[in-house]
Amino acid sequence: MTGFADAVALAAAHGRLVVQPRMGMASPLEMRAGLLAVRGARATTVGTLTVDSYTRVGDHRAALEALHDGARLNGYPIVSHHPDTTRAVLDGLSGFPVQVRHGSADPRAIFAALAEAGLDATEGGPVSYCLPYSRKPLRDSVGHWSEACEEFSGHLETFGGCMMGQLCPPSLLVALSVLEAIFFRFHGVESVSLSYAQQTNADQDAEAIHALRTLAARFLSDVDWHVVVYAYMGVFPRTPSGARLLNDNAARLAVRAGAERLIVKTVAEAHRIPTVAENVAALENAAAAASSVSFVSSCEDNGVLAEATALVEAVLELPGDPGTALLAAFRRGLLDVPYCLHPDNAGHARSHIDDTGRLRWSSVGAMPIPRSAVDRSGTTTSSTHLLAALHRVAHQHDARTHRGDES
Amino acid sequence: MNNLVLLSGTASDSHTWNLVYLQLLLEEEGYRVVNLGACVPPVLLADECEAEQPDLVVLSTVNGHGYQDGPRALAEVRGRPGLAAVPVVIGGKLGTGGPEPAQADALRAAGFTEVFDDDTAITRFREFIAAFVLASTADSVS
Ligand code: B12
Repeated sequence: MTGFADAVALAAAHGRLVVQPRMGMASPLEMRAGLLAVRGARATTVGTLTVDSYTRVGDHRAALEALHDGARLNGYPIVSHHPDTTRAVLDGLSGFPVQVRHGSADPRAIFAALAEAGLDATEGGPVSYCLPYSRKPLRDSVGHWSEACEEFSGHLETFGGCMMGQLCPPSLLVALSVLEAIFFRFHGVESVSLSYAQQTNADQDAEAIHALRTLAARFLSDVDWHVVVYAYMGVFPRTPSGARLLNDNAARLAVRAGAERLIVKTVAEAHRIPTVAENVAALENAAAAASSVSFVSSCEDNGVLAEATALVEAVLELPGDPGTALLAAFRRGLLDVPYCLHPDNAGHARSHIDDTGRLRWSSVGAMPIPRSAVDRSGTTTSSTHLLAALHRVAHQHDARTHRGDES
Repeated sequence: MNNLVLLSGTASDSHTWNLVYLQLLLEEEGYRVVNLGACVPPVLLADECEAEQPDLVVLSTVNGHGYQDGPRALAEVRGRPGLAAVPVVIGGKLGTGGPEPAQADALRAAGFTEVFDDDTAITRFREFIAAFVLASTADSVS
């Protein structure tokens, strides 16, 4: 295991949910202050060093230029800062696990920089950091990720459970999370986590996280693994109370469904990059919400596990290694992410939110999902419909706290 | 006027729901839309502008690098033959700290036809489009 995975396992053994921010700032001093504040929060925390968008797309010149001009960046440019600078950011934090979060279809320079700084945990995946994060062909991303994994000896989390942030039905999120973890393992990574992002309905989400655990136990029995839940990754409530309620609900979901770690969002999410204080508050609130609930071993069965299993098996039956199989699967549309604009995504699948607030398929394209799972009643086609679907969770939480109903 | 809008993300920005939404909105207003998607480098944007000769270029970015990425994209487009005057607008969440009127003015001064960076963005954009159609019909009549 790794320092990062050890810390999560230790917390889990004590029945504590690990909470983690998504935090990154360009300035080394601010980055260090942020990590120290997260370590000091009244919660079981691990730290995050989120990389800026120039570094993500490999434009290190633009990152350097921004540093030089004092322009603000949306994260920490880990490749452009000197390794000594990053070591100084982390100085004295050796017992405190820190994960590097990036969003890069070519993570090789980032993996090298984090290893050089003495860090052992990061995340992403050849599909989840290409289709919604890059223009690069999926084939290139698979190649870069294979190489990066082969050189890597730490803990790696898949971002597959978060495709597009919103409106992707849970079975596909679960399948992609499992498939990317299988890809990591094939390329020698021995400690992984599988992600799932909170969606539009708590019962459906709990079912999905149970399905994720079942498939991880089946396909990843020979590596160390845990599950990480992300607080809602779509359009966030605009009011502080609405944002807090949604974040707290994510913490309760994580505990009830047996996840070991949670990545939080702040009251600033809908508006701008959060401050350190807003991140600390989000961590402490989430920890408090988590401590008020406990694991529930049963959940509804509306077919998420069956759908996810069918998707994973269909991909693994294709010839070649997991990367080759993923490429073929996207080429044939056996995997097809709704609303994804990337040219290597088939683009025939569509989804919507039904009357009960559950995410449903409007069409599944060529994916091996039974027709009975398709609900043709709610296809969203106009800009107004799309915006309403994207804002549904935000509106609900803003409205609910407005009425003072804090459950 | 062939009613063509070229819609694009900026070089460092991978967000696409903004682009999916704006494409639908523009199509509902009667435009043809070429949507270049996310992470569009300035050279690709300018190449596509040269090839498509759009009536309007719409840049959308929400990742907080708009004040840096916007001017670089615009400079490349303006430098190409025949594109010195094509209207180019930008909108979204341009900085990392909420709307900044002074920075928006700097974008206008750099040559953006209009900047839509706050809660009134979509309302003002609809007005802009309506006025834009009127102006170009007037042009073609005279
Ligand atoms: C979903 C989401 C994602 C998804 C995107 C999936 C996808 N393919 O689009 C994922 C998870 C991949 C993602 C990644 C990142 N994200 Co993001 N994301 C969001 C989120 C939650 C919702 C965005 C969304 O889908 N909105 C729906 C669309 C329809 O609305 P919109 O984008 O806001 O656009 C509206 C207006 O801005 C306006 N508009 C936009 N463009 C234009 C253009 C014109 C001309 C006009 C008139 C209007 C206009 O019209 C739209 C409709 O009202 C927002 C926060 C939020 N709003 O709650 C953060 C947010 C936009 N993300 C942010 C960031 C920083 C990132 C990352 C860099 C990671 C990070 N450091 O946190 C990466 C991007 C990497 C990169 N290379 O840039 C920040 C940006 C900060 C800022 N600007 O101050 C936000 C605000 C979150 C935050 N508070 O930190 N993200």
